[in-house]
Amino acid sequence: MLEVKGLRVAVAGTEILKGVDLMIGEGEVHAIMGPNGSGKSTLAQVLAGHPAYTVLAGTAKYEGKDLLDLKPEERARAGVFLAFQYPVEIRGITNSYFLRSALNALRRERGEAELDPIDFLQFLEQKLKAIGWDDSMMNRPVNEGFSGGEKKRNEILQLAVLEPRLAILDETDSGLDIDALKTVAETVNTLRAPNRSFLIVTHYQRLLNYITPDVVHVLADGRIVKSGGPELAQELEARGYDWLRDGAMVS
Amino acid sequence: MAAKTGAVERLVGSYNAWATNGASSAPTWLKELRAGGIARFGDLGFPNMKQEAWRFTSVAPIAEGSFEQATPPARIPPLDDIRPFLLLEAGYRLVFVDGFFQPSLSTPFFDDVQSLAHVVTHRQDLVRQYLGKYAATQDRPFSALNTAFVSDGAFVHVPAKATLAEPIQLLFLASGRPVVTHPRNLVVLEREARASIVETYASLSEGAYWTNSVTEIVVGEAARVDYHRVQRESPSAYHVAATQTHQGRDSTVNVHTVAFGAALARHDIGAVMAGPGGTLILNGLYLLAGQQHADHHTTIDHAADHCQSHEYFNGVLDDKSRGVFTGRIIVRPGAQKTDSKQTNNNLLLSPDAHADSQPQLEIYADDVKCTHGSTVGPLDPRALFYLRSRGIGEHEAQRLMTYGFAAEILGRMEVAPLRAQLDGIVRRRLAEQ
Repeated sequence: MLEVKGLRVAVAGTEILKGVDLMIGEGEVHAIMGPNGSGKSTLAQVLAGHPAYTVLAGTAKYEGKDLLDLKPEERARAGVFLAFQYPVEIRGITNSYFLRSALNALRRERGEAELDPIDFLQFLEQKLKAIGWDDSMMNRPVNEGFSGGEKKRNEILQLAVLEPRLAILDETDSGLDIDALKTVAETVNTLRAPNRSFLIVTHYQRLLNYITPDVVHVLADGRIVKSGGPELAQELEARGYDWLRDGAMVS
Repeated sequence: MAAKTGAVERLVGSYNAWATNGASSAPTWLKELRAGGIARFGDLGFPNMKQEAWRFTSVAPIAEGSFEQATPPARIPPLDDIRPFLLLEAGYRLVFVDGFFQPSLSTPFFDDVQSLAHVVTHRQDLVRQYLGKYAATQDRPFSALNTAFVSDGAFVHVPAKATLAEPIQLLFLASGRPVVTHPRNLVVLEREARASIVETYASLSEGAYWTNSVTEIVVGEAARVDYHRVQRESPSAYHVAATQTHQGRDSTVNVHTVAFGAALARHDIGAVMAGPGGTLILNGLYLLAGQQHADHHTTIDHAADHCQSHEYFNGVLDDKSRGVFTGRIIVRPGAQKTDSKQTNNNLLLSPDAHADSQPQLEIYADDVKCTHGSTVGPLDPRALFYLRSRGIGEHEAQRLMTYGFAAEILGRMEVAPLRAQLDGIVRRRLAEQ
């Protein structure tokens, strides 16, 4: 599904990722953990095509395509989705209009008929139920005046509506209370499928109590320094990151 | 300067000729009102950019334009020609062409929704009580000039406790002839009355002309007015206007204003909150392109306690256009518990577009809440990436965000057919980009 090799990335002249290798198979759930400033969010954003980042070297193959050559919208249409750490407000555009525009962009790409507002609302109903919302959130401008938790739920709603093949969650758990965290995890678990992969970027092990990953990676100083099974997350929770900082022990 | 002086003399001359001829049959009080207006205009002359209120806007093209006073139009447009500007087929409306009331295109309601020229004689006492009592002329040369030429315009009177179910439309059409018109409108809502009004300025053909309008809106105790103003003049027209509201205790005034047209537009909006417990919304949009220039000058006067005012103005500026916004808020001594919020956001779609935004807060009471904020800049790149990361193409994402800037303002309007009409105009304008 995704094969990243020797990825080196800079932002504003500073190298953040210093050679990342990562292989995610179809249907797998990978977690990336690491201390602040290790480059976790950079990896998430560069895979989604954020224009502020410069790729210095390396490749990222997604379903055989060179991901780094695609514009952000082309990546999205190919099935890549990024749940933002800091979701952005869009003034004057309702959540409903935004989400329908996005869904229809993907449907056009797949050669499917666009949904009109009425069809869309029907389609949306069950997705909203899953995250515990009624449609009042849909008539408000995108993320405007939303609480931190509401913004994160809104990201997960978009994930549920757009049904990507590769979902990247960038610290979706940060700032969530335990109920919201459970809702997010449940939605993600429902969406787990043999043809859908997840890359979950998180600072805390907490989320992984509810979403069991297949593989856990530790990113430190721009490199993946350790990979393992779900038990690695437990170990990190118990021991912190310091024991990994110096050694480049790739297991 | 010489051109300006010449223009003042020409306008005064034109007034004198009219006063001794066409306007001589007016009642004495009206003649005095007019005489006061022309005297004031003669003293003030055209404003210049050295004056604080005019530092970003030059009216030289208006002074140099040599616009003649309008005469009645030779041809009355058929209903089909004005249909694109109408909101509803039914409902009350007053239609004017080059400032002259057109009974055949209008649907007045007795003497409550009528042409001003008619009620000046038929409801003299009522009109006299309000006309010219609210719109300042002391330091406003254009309002003074309008007052000098007061003859026709719209009159709306809503008796106490009455509610008008449908919005009233006031439609001012320009034929496109190179003339100046001075529409004068008076809206009076008695206590606990309610009405929605849509005042539209539009043109039947492209052409350079000058509209100089004044609207006074008087809102009684616990009354509510939803007043909408749409300026879609010809792209070469000049539009100068003053809207003045005056509201009593516990009343609600919602002013929505949209500026799409004119080469040069200046709109002064004044709102006096004269009684406690009043609520005011000023909600405005200017959408400009080419070399258009639009200047909005708003003054909210919190003269009583426990009032709240919310002001939202968004500007979308493309090409070499320029938007000016001045938001003055005065909180008088004793106007405690005032809650006032002002925002002005300007979206620059081109490196040559320009916006000036000036909040002016004058607070003379100590227990008040006043906030203001303004932004000027291009589309937010973070929002652009957010939309693109959801599969929306770059160009469409830009259009969507620009549309959102306008939709934010239009969304506050409650008259559905108006919102739909304006939404259509915005979408067409954005599609041209």
